[in-house]
Amino acid sequence: MDAKELIARRVAQELRNNTLVNLGIGLPTMVAAYVPQGMLVAFQSENGIIGFGACPPEGMEDPNLTDAGGGFISALPGAFAFDSATSFALIRGGHLDMTVLGGLQVDAKGKLANWMVPGKMVAGMGGAMDLVAGAKRVIVAMQHAAKGQSKIVPELTLPPTAARTVSLIVTDLAVIEPTPDGLVLLEHAPGVRVHDIVAATAAPLIIPETVPEMRL
Amino acid sequence: MIPDGASVMIGGFMGVGSPHRVIAALVARGARGLTVIGNDAGRPGFGIGALIDAGCVTRCIASHIGLNPSLQKKMIAGEIAVDLIPQGTLAERIRAGGAGLGGVLTPTGVGTVVAEGKQLLNIDGRDYLLEKPMRADVALLHCYEADYYGNLSYRLTARNFNPVIAMAADLVIAEPDEIVPIGLIAPDHVCTPGIIVTHLVERPH
Repeated sequence: MDAKELIARRVAQELRNNTLVNLGIGLPTMVAAYVPQGMLVAFQSENGIIGFGACPPEGMEDPNLTDAGGGFISALPGAFAFDSATSFALIRGGHLDMTVLGGLQVDAKGKLANWMVPGKMVAGMGGAMDLVAGAKRVIVAMQHAAKGQSKIVPELTLPPTAARTVSLIVTDLAVIEPTPDGLVLLEHAPGVRVHDIVAATAAPLIIPETVPEMRL
Repeated sequence: MIPDGASVMIGGFMGVGSPHRVIAALVARGARGLTVIGNDAGRPGFGIGALIDAGCVTRCIASHIGLNPSLQKKMIAGEIAVDLIPQGTLAERIRAGGAGLGGVLTPTGVGTVVAEGKQLLNIDGRDYLLEKPMRADVALLHCYEADYYGNLSYRLTARNFNPVIAMAADLVIAEPDEIVPIGLIAPDHVCTPGIIVTHLVERPH
């Protein structure tokens, strides 16, 4: 199993029945492939649909039906299409149970940066600031490190996405929960030792007496 | 109809639900100095990206330009000014502009660079930013069906910003996939009322 699949499988365990969930572009989108069997999750794409499914077979694509990244999708029975103001009313208005977003950095207080690197990458925040400000639970799904540098840092050096603390961080090495006391190591990935995680993390971690292995 | 230097809202999300024929006409005319307001900048050569490549745009107001590296280069080189606005805030500022509101209070952007220079209000214990309304000279929309009265209906994710910008501009030009006789779109299925649509683009023959 590669790192991205491991992260997606672990995040999928956070899904709950009969909830509204928004998945960010990239790695978070993979979570939809691992919904536990028998569970009903309504996925929202912020460009304007709830209840979408996989890309249709070649030749069956609808140019008026795509996800937020512009990829073709299908509408499942019971789907609902809406405009952008309604889409973000759902996101900000307390209707969105969970969002899964990628991250560039998360700091010791659980603050997320994921929308720009000054002078280099100016993608724009898209819907990320609204998602972090509005969703009931915010889960960051990202690789633990990039170019050998820990993405979990004592303090953000990149512009924050929101003032709010995220709910959970899932990486290829660990599951970490931000709390008022600091970042708590909840689980380790299979074959990864706790002291390896501590060594790979620039921010201080609180290590409970027992740290179970992720069950995938 | 769209003068150089105009502010233009353009519907669409990554070019899906964008008025591509009107965009091509603006490129062909060699429009200059436009301020373009839309969700994103499309891709190079596609959607709003086509206007940027053709040199029609001096200012771009959008939530996301990540899939248009040529605009990012022009932005860093100082050739085009780019204002980045959170997507939900952009939708609500335009909605406020079309709804006669003096602005909206949103929690989005509190504690970030978006809050710089903006009024922060605490309402019932929670912080909000005051975001001002936004209007434009022209709105360019794509829709699925229009009748000859200008009533519009949309399809699936091609709806996005189109019905929102339709309310917030003086000149409202819609580019339908189909034009049907009056009465064929059921009142409940009309999403933008014809009375606010000033022009329809004829279907290509």
